[in-house]
Amino acid sequence: MSDLLNLDLSSAQKSLKNREISSVELTKAYLDAIEKTSSLGAYIDLQKDYALEMAKNSDKKINQGVAGPLEGIPIGVKDMFCTKDIKTTASSKILENFYPTYESTVTQNLWNDGAVMLGKLSCDEFAMGSSNETAAKGNVINPWSKTIPMSPGGSSGGSAAAVASRSALAATGTDTGGSIRQPAAFCGITGLKPTYGRCSRWGIVAFSSSLDQAGPLTRTVSDAAIMLNSMAGYDNKDSTSANLEMPDLTSYLDKSIKGKKIGIPKEYTQDGISEDIVSFYETSIQFLKDSGAEIIPVSLPHTKYALPVYYIIAPAEASSNLARYDGVRYGTRKEAESLDDMYELTRGEGFGDEVQRRIMIGTYVLSSGYYDAYYLKAQKVRRLIKEDFDNTFENVDFLLTPSTPSTAFELGQKQDPLTMYLNDIFTVPASLAGLPGISIPVGLDKAGLPVGIQLIANSFDEPNLISVAHTLEKSANFNVIAQGAAK
Amino acid sequence: MNDTLNLKPGQVKGDTGIWEMVIGLEIHAQISSKSKLFSGASASFGSDANSSVSLVDAAMPGMLPVINKFCVEQAVKTGLALNAQINNTSVFDRKNYFYADLPQGYQISQFTKPIVGEGEIVIDLDDGNQTTIGIERLHLEQDAGKSLHDQHPTKSFIDLNRTGVALMEIVSKPDIRSPQEAGAYVKKIRSILRYIGACDGNMEEGSLRADCNVSVRKQGDAFGTRCEIKNLNSIRFIIQAIQSEAERQVDIIEAGGKIKQETRLFDTSTGETRSMRSKEDAHDYRYFPDPDLLPLEFSDSWVKEIKGTLPELPDTLKKRLVNDYGITDYDASILVEEKDFVDFYLEAANGVDGKLTANWMITELFGALKKENIMFLNSPVTPQKLGELIALISKGVISGKIAKDVFSDMMVTKKSPSEIVKEKGLEQVSDDKAIMKLIDKVISENQDKVKDYLGGKDKLLGFFVGQVMKLSQGKANPGLVNKLLKESLK
Repeated sequence: MSDLLNLDLSSAQKSLKNREISSVELTKAYLDAIEKTSSLGAYIDLQKDYALEMAKNSDKKINQGVAGPLEGIPIGVKDMFCTKDIKTTASSKILENFYPTYESTVTQNLWNDGAVMLGKLSCDEFAMGSSNETAAKGNVINPWSKTIPMSPGGSSGGSAAAVASRSALAATGTDTGGSIRQPAAFCGITGLKPTYGRCSRWGIVAFSSSLDQAGPLTRTVSDAAIMLNSMAGYDNKDSTSANLEMPDLTSYLDKSIKGKKIGIPKEYTQDGISEDIVSFYETSIQFLKDSGAEIIPVSLPHTKYALPVYYIIAPAEASSNLARYDGVRYGTRKEAESLDDMYELTRGEGFGDEVQRRIMIGTYVLSSGYYDAYYLKAQKVRRLIKEDFDNTFENVDFLLTPSTPSTAFELGQKQDPLTMYLNDIFTVPASLAGLPGISIPVGLDKAGLPVGIQLIANSFDEPNLISVAHTLEKSANFNVIAQGAAK
Repeated sequence: MNDTLNLKPGQVKGDTGIWEMVIGLEIHAQISSKSKLFSGASASFGSDANSSVSLVDAAMPGMLPVINKFCVEQAVKTGLALNAQINNTSVFDRKNYFYADLPQGYQISQFTKPIVGEGEIVIDLDDGNQTTIGIERLHLEQDAGKSLHDQHPTKSFIDLNRTGVALMEIVSKPDIRSPQEAGAYVKKIRSILRYIGACDGNMEEGSLRADCNVSVRKQGDAFGTRCEIKNLNSIRFIIQAIQSEAERQVDIIEAGGKIKQETRLFDTSTGETRSMRSKEDAHDYRYFPDPDLLPLEFSDSWVKEIKGTLPELPDTLKKRLVNDYGITDYDASILVEEKDFVDFYLEAANGVDGKLTANWMITELFGALKKENIMFLNSPVTPQKLGELIALISKGVISGKIAKDVFSDMMVTKKSPSEIVKEKGLEQVSDDKAIMKLIDKVISENQDKVKDYLGGKDKLLGFFVGQVMKLSQGKANPGLVNKLLKESLK
């Protein structure tokens, strides 16, 4: 069995194609792995029978020679993606019994290409959180935990934990302010947030519409390229979807980065970031230099405003996006005498603390008298942040930054929301600018926890981002398996 | 009392003198579109509750709005017809509030950057005068669903068929000064919308409804505090509601009170307005640009293309009718009121006497349709047949009097006038000899009256004409009868 789990997506793809293994075998291996790692709590809904049925179907297609690019590959799906007839809760009590009658565009793209659905993965409630602790069904445990349970990061904590624990060959995630990259960093895997507009948002439970973007969490950069190839694409059902062709990302894996310019933004190294991370960051710079890239110090002066801007815009949009969960048409309803009482009870009991906090912040910053000072100002600063990037990308091809200021922390350790929000400090700026970013594991800190490094590229430059990420990946040669992983 | 009778429309007599009304209207016009503003669901009415509801309308998780291009076209068309500024870039905003029939928890509307800016229209008043009313803006927005509170003793039911249907909100400037002007304004907007096909203008079905902002002031003073009367769905109610609201405000002010800015409802049974919610209870709508939608952008050339598809509008048509067809201003304004009228008229009057056609259409045709309670579009008399009838009159084939009988026949049998005239042998007699025979007969039978006539009772000529016409069963050419009688009676 362990041989099967050792295959990364690219290798499994080849083995399946050459009929060295079957999808049913591979899927069974993962279903066993899920069972072995169930204490991590990554899956909140397991689709055992469905997965085997899909796997059988994939094997048939492979035999018929009509296999899709992801044919027979078992993956997990973050519970933010609506999946037809399969419970979709966004890790919230308010949607605890919601069965969509439709399939999100991104997951549909994956099934169309042959992927096998293992089940739904836990996340922070409505993707609001950086530790996976706001999930209605409770924590997910980072597979790198030794004696003390550590956070897998969030909000795609279930996705990251599943991939790191080898209980999914790959997983989908969504990233609003770092929700793919930060958990990928905490769990020692690769997490790619594409350019805003690259993947359709249709059918993904909305958190913050101007920031939400789907992307893959995988073991390797190559796997991320394969996954995004299938996930991305123009969708006329999403007005913000980009009508742009994306070349085959795998063809960029081995492109040389010789002569490419890598910007090192000075604003990303100042605040109290861990020494280990600084040292791995410096090593990473050296790796890229050794691969022929030119290292250029740059400045993005408005970076320090990114976090406050994010925590105005995202809650503002969320307060409006989450208004539909009102107990009237679907989801949880708490009966009451009047409509207003019903709203209050339903939403009061249905939403957890963090979601309620953000709805309140969002409502406040949009309310009359405060709109100009908060929301409007935040939008203006967001533009300045975007301009910082635009100016910088006139001189460099990529930016290299740490993914997070620290490695994984203990569950329950960060009680104060503001301390928690600081986790997003390096991922939020690219989100606000809509830029693609990837976090890749480069090593372990002194506590034996993975360190992630982030690469940011210009809008829609995922192809070259894959080249540079793959180059760094090869140099870093991170090949340690989490001790909590299935063997 | 006499003073009241002398008041001009829009004036209210109070103890302290004459008050003037200041009125602004927000018209909500449902766009004649097969599908909704942001979803593919059908926008037609009359279907079973919740049968025209898409996933987007029901605000299911992860659903996204996609703008309906046809609706944008209609808004641009309307803007052009209102002589208004077309904004090539506009923005959709979310208007946030909770209500059971508002699935998203917000209405998608346009707040700071509407698709159409300032414009103006000329309205016709009953006294024959015209006045210009400014348009502040026109924006696109979604309609809400319908709450049904009378279906169950303790529950409310929700019908989402109307949810997301495309509306244009046309906001006037506070340029209106009387309920009658308000009525004329709505009539004009309605007429324009129907001409260009952007809205069917059906007020009974709610495709066109108005919110009226009313305040009062002494002439020359600054604007007073206004109240908004919501959701009026007939011109009669608009007129009644504004009148009664203005009187209410005058009473309050003159009793030493102050007008509270609020939203009011018009009670059709009492003919009065009552408070719906005060300004303090007003929602904070937390408008912000909808991040699910990109700004709405289009090119000048696209606007030009749409301009090319605009039909001739009532104002220019009216001028053309007066100048080219020689009809009166009054008749012309009746005919241009509805596009169907004017289309009918232009076809009927083609090649025949325009003035006569207008008379016949307005007096005879409209009268007969009203009497028989037949919708104009179902008229048994077609434009082509009316034109034929006019031609028969002009050529002297039948007299005007016979024509009325023929017309009545046409209303019943739908036959062509020539056919009826032929079948019934109604051709006018214009043969001197034939008429002289009848005249001789009348003269010989009425010798005493002839004597009186010759003795100076000129008025008796009418009597003789009548007798001859009677004898001819109305077929004699009345002009000829007149002429020949005069000669015979010398």
